[in-house]
Amino acid sequence: MSILAKILTIGALLVVTACTNSAGYGGDGQGGAGGDTAAGSASDPTSPAFFQQSVGDRVLFVVDQSTLTDEARSILSAQAEWLMMNTDYNGIIEGHADEQGTREYNLALGARRANAAREFLVSRGVAGNRLKVLSYGKERPIEICSDESCYAKNRRAVTILSSGLTG
Amino acid sequence: MIRFLGTLLACLVVGIAMLAQSATAQQGPLRIEITEGVIEPLPFAVPDFVSDNASAAKYGAQLSRVIAADLAGTGLFREIPAKAFISPITDFGAPIKYADWKAINAQALIAGAVTVSGSRLTVQFRVYDVFSGAELGNGLQFVGKTDGLRRMAHKVADAVYSRITGEGGYFDSRVAFVSEVGPKNDRRKRLAIMDYDGAGVQYLTDSATIVLAPRFSPSGDRLLYTSYETGFPRIFVMDVGKVKRRMLDSPEGTMSFAPRFAPNGKTVVFSLAQGGNTDLYTMGVNNGKRTRLTSAPSIETAPSFSPDGRQIVFESDRSGAQQLYIMPASGGEARRISFGKGRYGTPVWSPRGDMIAFTKQSKGRFHIGVMRIDGSEERLLTASFLDEGPSWAPNGRVIMFTRETQGASGRASLYSVDITGRNLRPVRTPDGASDPSWSPLQQ
Repeated sequence: MSILAKILTIGALLVVTACTNSAGYGGDGQGGAGGDTAAGSASDPTSPAFFQQSVGDRVLFVVDQSTLTDEARSILSAQAEWLMMNTDYNGIIEGHADEQGTREYNLALGARRANAAREFLVSRGVAGNRLKVLSYGKERPIEICSDESCYAKNRRAVTILSSGLTG
Repeated sequence: MIRFLGTLLACLVVGIAMLAQSATAQQGPLRIEITEGVIEPLPFAVPDFVSDNASAAKYGAQLSRVIAADLAGTGLFREIPAKAFISPITDFGAPIKYADWKAINAQALIAGAVTVSGSRLTVQFRVYDVFSGAELGNGLQFVGKTDGLRRMAHKVADAVYSRITGEGGYFDSRVAFVSEVGPKNDRRKRLAIMDYDGAGVQYLTDSATIVLAPRFSPSGDRLLYTSYETGFPRIFVMDVGKVKRRMLDSPEGTMSFAPRFAPNGKTVVFSLAQGGNTDLYTMGVNNGKRTRLTSAPSIETAPSFSPDGRQIVFESDRSGAQQLYIMPASGGEARRISFGKGRYGTPVWSPRGDMIAFTKQSKGRFHIGVMRIDGSEERLLTASFLDEGPSWAPNGRVIMFTRETQGASGRASLYSVDITGRNLRPVRTPDGASDPSWSPLQQ
């Protein structure tokens, strides 16, 4: 067996193992799991790790906006391609806001952002019933400084993969 | 709160013999007008309540300390320390030596007595207008249990505050809030409840899931809040006494948040986000019947009923940025009430019905402010990196809110401020705290 084949096999095993529970892969939502825990090897193009690191699991937004930038569209196009190739996975799109805003408005803003990402994925052919949306508002920043450098990374929509087998 | 329900067995006016009224008032009646521009805090003395036996003595001292903290905490009163007293009160029934209290400039004197029998506590008190040389109002007596001492003290302080200001009191009240620990990127939140002054904190949820923005029912027996217990934001109602929660119905594929009770305690107004769009709905707490109030592509959230239940104030970005609007409680045409520079959110109707408290964002700063319900007389009460989420004291004279500090070590805590902008004070909590909801006065 070639080394590459071995890596792919291990990656696939990890995916199968992970699929036996319904937890999402990666993401930085509830519980502060961090963004670096995707299953599988990043060199396996069918792995959640590959999706997260090579495709790009998140898109960023301008202050108080939910309009997709050109860069966001390009990342989401790649996400859509990946999701259509890897139908074992569904997506939960988490919308987030930076801390410059009131709590409930930011929840609504996060919902707008998550939905903007979802609608783009659907427009690129991903079945709508594979994609759920969720907003965390300003409750789950990944960067904690109070400067634009942090805010820019916190204004995001992150696509979290979940096993299609378990919903 | 169960522990308080049985506490106050009775509250009655007792016919304590009235002292003869002094014929001449030297400085007019003992009175504070809260709306006055500048206030010199009114000096008062509250000696330890007189006790007829040793076991009651500690209660007499505790009552005095809680009453003093309540009154001084308003910024309207200043306590004269016991070491300045010329003639300590040793007999609740004896005539007051007004000259001795006048000499130390105590304008108000609160004298009381406490007796204890088993776990039963009886508290009597009188308020004296020293410069008029007369009692202010009648003597009052509260009967309760020893573990309800703080509540009895708050009731005494409410009566004193009320007699001198002419306003309702607010000390015998509670605050629901979100307790916060951990760094900004891993913050753990729990629903909690405490007395208005930070005493007696009780946790109502664990920190396994995000909880947000509790709101008291009109009678103070239940809380509405938003929880991520299911993985998605959903509205829960919590029975505060039983610490039992129930999730309200929500359509599949939606998020619901920002719930507040109508004054009838049976209807909830809240935000529902579907397809990225957030609108306002009402729902029966028990029957789950849902009615849509707004249908615009803009964000409509942070609703608050008027005290008569006829109107709802809310925020919307339909004009391009967050502003405040008022509409009929059944929905329909809304009129904008905020027109200043900046963004306005989190409107809360005052319990008196005459004002709206709000959060304003302007030039990178956050403010808590108040305005009349027609949007006039806007007044900003605070300014900081991040102030938000005002909640009214039961008498509509004080506002509690969340202040979050800047930077990587930023932390949330509670503050209160008078609607005049005076007396900004931190509210003591064991950990970080946010999203206060001030209860009505307890029954």
